[in-house]
Amino acid sequence: MIVDHRQHHLETVRSVLSTVIYPLQYVANMPLSIGHWASETFASRTRLQNENRSLRKENLLLQGRQQKLASLEAENMRLRDLLDSSFKIGDRVLIAELIAVDMDPYRQQVLLNKGSSSGIYKGQPVLNANAVMGQVIHVNRFTSSVLMITDASHALPIQVNRNGLRTVAIGTGRINELELPNLPNNADIEVGDLLVTSGLGGRFPSGYPVAIVTSIVREPGEPFANIKAQPNAHLDRAREALLVWTLTPPEQNDPPTAEASEPEKQAEPTAEPTPRDAP
Amino acid sequence: MTLSPRQGTLVIVLTFCVALLLAILPLPDWAQMLRPQWYTLVLIYWVLALPHRVGVAVGWLTGILVDVLMGTLLGQHALSLALVAYIVFEMHLRIRLFPLWQQSLTILVLLLLEKLVSLWVIGAVGQPTPPLTYWAPPLVGMLLWPWIYIVLRDLRRKFQVS
Repeated sequence: MIVDHRQHHLETVRSVLSTVIYPLQYVANMPLSIGHWASETFASRTRLQNENRSLRKENLLLQGRQQKLASLEAENMRLRDLLDSSFKIGDRVLIAELIAVDMDPYRQQVLLNKGSSSGIYKGQPVLNANAVMGQVIHVNRFTSSVLMITDASHALPIQVNRNGLRTVAIGTGRINELELPNLPNNADIEVGDLLVTSGLGGRFPSGYPVAIVTSIVREPGEPFANIKAQPNAHLDRAREALLVWTLTPPEQNDPPTAEASEPEKQAEPTAEPTPRDAP
Repeated sequence: MTLSPRQGTLVIVLTFCVALLLAILPLPDWAQMLRPQWYTLVLIYWVLALPHRVGVAVGWLTGILVDVLMGTLLGQHALSLALVAYIVFEMHLRIRLFPLWQQSLTILVLLLLEKLVSLWVIGAVGQPTPPLTYWAPPLVGMLLWPWIYIVLRDLRRKFQVS
């Protein structure tokens, strides 16, 4: 039975069963969702106004940055065209909410309220407003469970944003710590370096922030440095998550020329309920 | 005694549902580590009270549901719960005669056994060993057993489940 599961034959059984017990999860989530609903409904007017004001300000800032982004993206496309390298096409995202149920306390997993009915697939990267959160490991009809990057069985190919040094970040089982075990003592890495996804594993799109290096201990006798990093995503406080479709996922073997023809159209992430094949 | 067997089934299923609900209800961090194994306690009670109706198969099924709920390896809880159900089934005549505090000690051993089997599975598939707090839930379960026993017994008598 267990061996069977390791070879992933029982995935369908699991998804059918979890559809059966979805009501339980729904009920368990209810107190919290009612609390949220109540606090939204009975919020005071001044608080709402304040929130509105700060959101508008933030929106303005983000729009300002977005303008620059559009021109930078165009420039990037042109340069890539000159170099004759492949196009990096934008990603499409879908917002999902976390379901407040406790799972195995010794694994870093969360449950999202979107499942295969929304087109989510196994291995899909999950982001947060700040950074990478994890990847989907089980897809059910209405829910999907996400393995966080800090789970001890999760490894994420990353690179140092400052100099492009590539390595792998491995979860420690603690919610606020990642480990970089494979860097030699003389590697060029500093405390405060931003780590971004390198996209080498083929699962995560490249260039999303992951973590910040917090401590480096170089033992002279050891071959590898002892490097710890803290995830940028607030993994323990998030209520929402972004599910990402890279527009050329590995399953869909579309010819690359087809989407290269109209890259501008795809440059902006859109939020639609169903996944769409690359045009 | 032969009032309505279907009603009795409903009561049993409902208690299991409540136990599973308690197992996934969000709790603060410190309490998460102390969360007792509700489903095991309920299973032990029903096997103890009605061994001809609730047995290894029900234990296995509950375990599969727990696995799906917890996101653990499919079969991890099923194996341990089936084992616990089997042991209770074999010993139910003896355990029934114990005074309540002695029963609690027996339950402690059973709960520890469930955790131990789970730990073996965790070790076998190469997941990291959990910290020492992993062993706290059986102790909490042991302290809760007298109340669970009395509540479920009253439920059983009220609805005349047999």
